[in-house]
Amino acid sequence: MTEDVETPPATDGARLEVEDVAVSLGEVDVLEDVSLTVEPGEFVGLVGPNGAGKTTLLRAVSGALEPTRGSVAVDGAALHDRPSKAASRLVAVVPQDTTLSFSFDVRTVVEMGRYPHRSRFSPPDEDDRAAVDRALERTRTTRFADRPIDEVSGGERQRVVLARAIAQETPVLLLDEPTASLDVNHQVETLELVRELVSEGRTVVAAIHDLDLAARYCDRLVALAGGRVLEAGPPEAVLNRDVLAAAFDVTAAVTENPVTGSPTVTALPDADGAPEPARVHVVGSGATAANVLSRLTAAGLECTAGPVSGGDVAAEVARGQGLETLDVEPFAPLGAGDIDAVCRAAATADATVVADLEVGAGNLALLEELIGTPGLIVVERRPFAERNHAGERARSAYERCSRGAIESSPDAVLEAVREAADRATSSVLSATED
Amino acid sequence: MFRPGRLASWSIALSALLVCAVVGSAALGPVRIDPLTVSRAILNLAGLGVHEVPATHQTIVADVRLPRILLAATVGFALAAAGTVMQGFFRNPLADPSIIGVSSGAAVGAVAAIAFPALVPIGSVHLPAFVGALVTAFLVYAIATEGGRTPVATLLLAGVAIQAFLGAVISFLVVHSGENLREAVVWMMGHLNRSTWGDVGFALPVTVGGVLVLGAYTREMNVLLLGEEDAHHLGVDVERTKLLLLALASVVTAAGVAVAGVVGFVGLVVPHVMRLIVGPDHRILLPTSALAGASFLVIADTAARVGAFGLPIVPVGIVTATVGAPFFLYLLTNREVHAL
Repeated sequence: MTEDVETPPATDGARLEVEDVAVSLGEVDVLEDVSLTVEPGEFVGLVGPNGAGKTTLLRAVSGALEPTRGSVAVDGAALHDRPSKAASRLVAVVPQDTTLSFSFDVRTVVEMGRYPHRSRFSPPDEDDRAAVDRALERTRTTRFADRPIDEVSGGERQRVVLARAIAQETPVLLLDEPTASLDVNHQVETLELVRELVSEGRTVVAAIHDLDLAARYCDRLVALAGGRVLEAGPPEAVLNRDVLAAAFDVTAAVTENPVTGSPTVTALPDADGAPEPARVHVVGSGATAANVLSRLTAAGLECTAGPVSGGDVAAEVARGQGLETLDVEPFAPLGAGDIDAVCRAAATADATVVADLEVGAGNLALLEELIGTPGLIVVERRPFAERNHAGERARSAYERCSRGAIESSPDAVLEAVREAADRATSSVLSATED
Repeated sequence: MFRPGRLASWSIALSALLVCAVVGSAALGPVRIDPLTVSRAILNLAGLGVHEVPATHQTIVADVRLPRILLAATVGFALAAAGTVMQGFFRNPLADPSIIGVSSGAAVGAVAAIAFPALVPIGSVHLPAFVGALVTAFLVYAIATEGGRTPVATLLLAGVAIQAFLGAVISFLVVHSGENLREAVVWMMGHLNRSTWGDVGFALPVTVGGVLVLGAYTREMNVLLLGEEDAHHLGVDVERTKLLLLALASVVTAAGVAVAGVVGFVGLVVPHVMRLIVGPDHRILLPTSALAGASFLVIADTAARVGAFGLPIVPVGIVTATVGAPFFLYLLTNREVHAL
């Protein structure tokens, strides 16, 4: 044990440089040439499916696992060459598995975070006690500081382990799924705290399972799959359909979370067996239209939407997917030009979906124009009576519209589009035969 | 939270208990001597003034009883301390000081010396026992180490395998020990008969020295309880610390076993009892376990020596096992000693 306690605890930020780190377990390469640089005051999230190598990467960085190749440096000096105590004054780790089966009280466990700061024969000093108290306070674990660690809940235990890492007062913090066993309120609380530590200048790398939380709190994301870095960059750049498809083998819709403004990922059912790319126009607003748009784009269909107005969920989804939209002023009556444009879009599309359209005086004319459009699909979640603000004339127009259309629900909209496309093809065929 | 005051009060209380046990034990025997006279005799022996004590009583206390009593205290101190370390080290409540084969190794050395005095011409069984114990511990460690790492599970299994093998060797030696059979069997039961000041002079410094060094590593023992990976993250040089703890615990155990034979249950039960009383923090658990172990073995050996409750005089190992095993079962069923 090296007793080099003279080195003051590093409180300033430190740059973490991971260069070409590879880890092989036997014949299997679990990590291949991963490089990553994290600046002080930066929060990098590792995302990727189970078995992608997130935990392995963290363990290789911390030195818990000896990398087969590559180097890890903190502030330019190789981390793994340092004596254990010195290394532990630079990097603290919050592991994923926090099962502790003995009855130390919580404060004693947090106090263990001070281990690298103390020499063998010196009792804990004021600094140690202050650091422990602060760490308990910040993780809101002071309340049960005297309870045995094996008697607190899983979520509380995870916060205690975070407190221990905070008490370690290192410039670099590695977290492996810090929110895995927490309730939703504590997840946010914990990540807000991590964010706070980052703003104090700490360098943080965390494996985070929840893509939405990762996007919301991290400055940069690194998507891992099969032990390789698939993509790295700001959350908006990493969380796109292609990366998600490659990493998680899933079709997903990425939209902007209206509350936090960060990307939100919604995994969708597998789109295998969808028809050849077809173009679909979606008329409608609100949740149903948004849902329909997400499903169709996720299935690889080309979509257009309109009329939409800003602030609507469907408009958000369309914008998030980069779709062509027909924008109109909210609550204003549609002009003849707008109606023409919608009809043209509908006529050239392979199918047109009318999704829970709210009908008022302003867009009644559009509904009437849509009657008889080939490949029309009506998706209903709410009964029309609730959506009708234009009386008997609207009711009759909607009825005539629905008569020639395929009636469907958001869940079945893909099948409906396929059916509409089939009908269109067969009608073209029969037309040529005539 | 660790409070030095708590450690101090426990240490003082348990030391006082030990002193009482020693004096009380020295008073008992075929010749009853009152405790005051015993105390005077001990002070005379320690060179703390000159007190009036009948010459025969002085001889009985200083030359006959005290070596044996102090040896019992030393062995109890050693086994309880080593048991505490091993239970924490292996994170296993069933661990005892001999878990990596130290006792079996000692038994091979001792029984070989007893059965074939010509082969091991040293005259004393202590040295062959001590050497046998340490060679075995080293062997188990070497077998379990690969690529600079010594997984605890491998160590445990290697210990079990080596113990099984040495068991066969011991049986072979015992079967062929001829007229020395009884002595070999008694040694293996664990006894403190015919203890001398020479035995104390060997075991006491090794034990106290070893436990003192172990005492400097109690924080590492605590941190290791979190698991080796966590300990690494907190700055413990895991493999180096493991080697050190294992080596020290083995040396301390070997010293105890070499002079007393295989005295069972002290190293298993005493740490558990103390953990229930003072908690799992090794900073307080290690010293209190060691002191309690010393008192326990002094009392157990007094019972063995005097033949308490009209029972015949027996090797102390029989007393510790008959008291320790049922008590351990009681703890297991009533106080939930499943974990550390």
